[in-house]
Amino acid sequence: MRIPPKVVHYSVLTFLWAVTLGTVGTLCVIIGWVLVKGLPAITPGFLFSAPEGAGREGGIFPVIVGTLWVILGAVLIATPLGVGTSIFLVEYTRENWVTRVIRFGADCLAGIPSIIFGLFGYVFFVVALGFRWSILSGALTLALMSLPTIIRTSEVALRAVPPQYREVSYALGATRWQMVLRVVIPGSLPGIVTGIVLAMGRSMSETAAVIFTAGTVLPDSVPTSPGDSVRTLAVHFYLLAVEGLSEKNAFGTAAILVLSILVINVGAYTLMHRFLARYR
Amino acid sequence: MNAIIEARGFGVSYGGSAVLRGVDLAIRRNKITAIIGPAGSGKTTFLRCINRLSDLAPGLGVTGGLSLDGRDVYATETDVADLRRRAGMVFAVPIPLPRSVYENVVFGPKLLGVRSRAKLDEIVERTLRAAVLWEEVKDRLNVSGLKLSGGQQQRLCLARTLALEPQVLLLDEPCSGLDPISTAKIEEAMQDLKSSLTVVLVTNNVKQAARASDRTAFFLMGELVEEGPTADIFTSPRDSRTNDYIVGRFG
Repeated sequence: MRIPPKVVHYSVLTFLWAVTLGTVGTLCVIIGWVLVKGLPAITPGFLFSAPEGAGREGGIFPVIVGTLWVILGAVLIATPLGVGTSIFLVEYTRENWVTRVIRFGADCLAGIPSIIFGLFGYVFFVVALGFRWSILSGALTLALMSLPTIIRTSEVALRAVPPQYREVSYALGATRWQMVLRVVIPGSLPGIVTGIVLAMGRSMSETAAVIFTAGTVLPDSVPTSPGDSVRTLAVHFYLLAVEGLSEKNAFGTAAILVLSILVINVGAYTLMHRFLARYR
Repeated sequence: MNAIIEARGFGVSYGGSAVLRGVDLAIRRNKITAIIGPAGSGKTTFLRCINRLSDLAPGLGVTGGLSLDGRDVYATETDVADLRRRAGMVFAVPIPLPRSVYENVVFGPKLLGVRSRAKLDEIVERTLRAAVLWEEVKDRLNVSGLKLSGGQQQRLCLARTLALEPQVLLLDEPCSGLDPISTAKIEEAMQDLKSSLTVVLVTNNVKQAARASDRTAFFLMGELVEEGPTADIFTSPRDSRTNDYIVGRFG
């Protein structure tokens, strides 16, 4: 017997609603739980003072500033490299074995566990180049880790720009670089920004790679140079939790982490839409 | 003879297979020359060789000579961006860039470094008037070019090309997707423009060639069959294949 189309339709609809609610619901529960447990800990004192007693007391100001420096450094290093590579792959080469090797390499990098990046960063940046445990070593390691994400998302975004736009640009007397700068990049910016924001979120919540490279020592003052060792928010949260130092401060830190990622997302998309208002 | 484009024994191949063979054609200044012929006859290829958009496809091979205003198009010292400004092209499908009407028109001038607002305003009004679009869009120059109707988009593309101040206007089936009124407006613009530039019109519409051009060239299977005044081609063609095509016996 054939199932009536209406029954099929409503069964599918119910199923899809259920899985969507399940996914979004889980996400909301996790974020809500972190915020409910963490928000009470967040006071001006917590935000803007230095930690005391290995984090049992006091605030997390040096940790926040250190995290910002590491993330900012990583993004500033990875964005030009990653976006540049994807522009080279899409706009300046024809498909051949070189582009396939580069793409395969990027995919392999994306699959490497972050602790391996940490180990590499430790051996190469911290020891061999003598950068020690520092903002610089952490930023460089996170940049390497972000590269595959940025390259592949940018590449997809660049390829999504209609080829006719390129042809029109050439027909209007544009050089290749003018075409890339004025037509292709504005057209692919949403995708490029998504990749960068994704990479920032991953960097921000990374622990394994930064423990090896930026350090774990809890600073008692705000870092002032790229050579200073820092402890990032994610690492601080991890250590507070596993050492059982202060559940309250651990959740406070986690809430700050979640809120920062939210702010980065909203901020990046707002900026992008303001910029793109000219292109529609 | 007052020719602006001259092809001498001009041939084109892609990846070894010939698309155009031995084309000898002189296109006269300040005339509208229509290029007609069935699909696959090489007429669009010929057009795209004049501004070297053909370079974009891999495996291009060119033989013979092709010159624009006395300068060899395929010479190594040719500045291709400059060539494309001298030979402006409008495509079969209107492709406004995703930005305002105003920004679409000034795209070319801005690439050349024109920054003066007054100069850009002047270019926008002059070219939109020439493309018979000014009256329809003068109050919404800041609207996205993508929001115009198909016929308006094509005239926007025409204005955008005119802003390059080209010597030659290459039109690649510019009316193939347009309604009769938009088509009439494009043809009207062509007639007004030919005092200041040369128009090469590739068209699949034989009636359009008869109605809108001064001279007609007939391409068939990669070769130029004949070229002459439009009135002669349509009343007494020298080659029987031209006659067959015009009356609709093939193609």
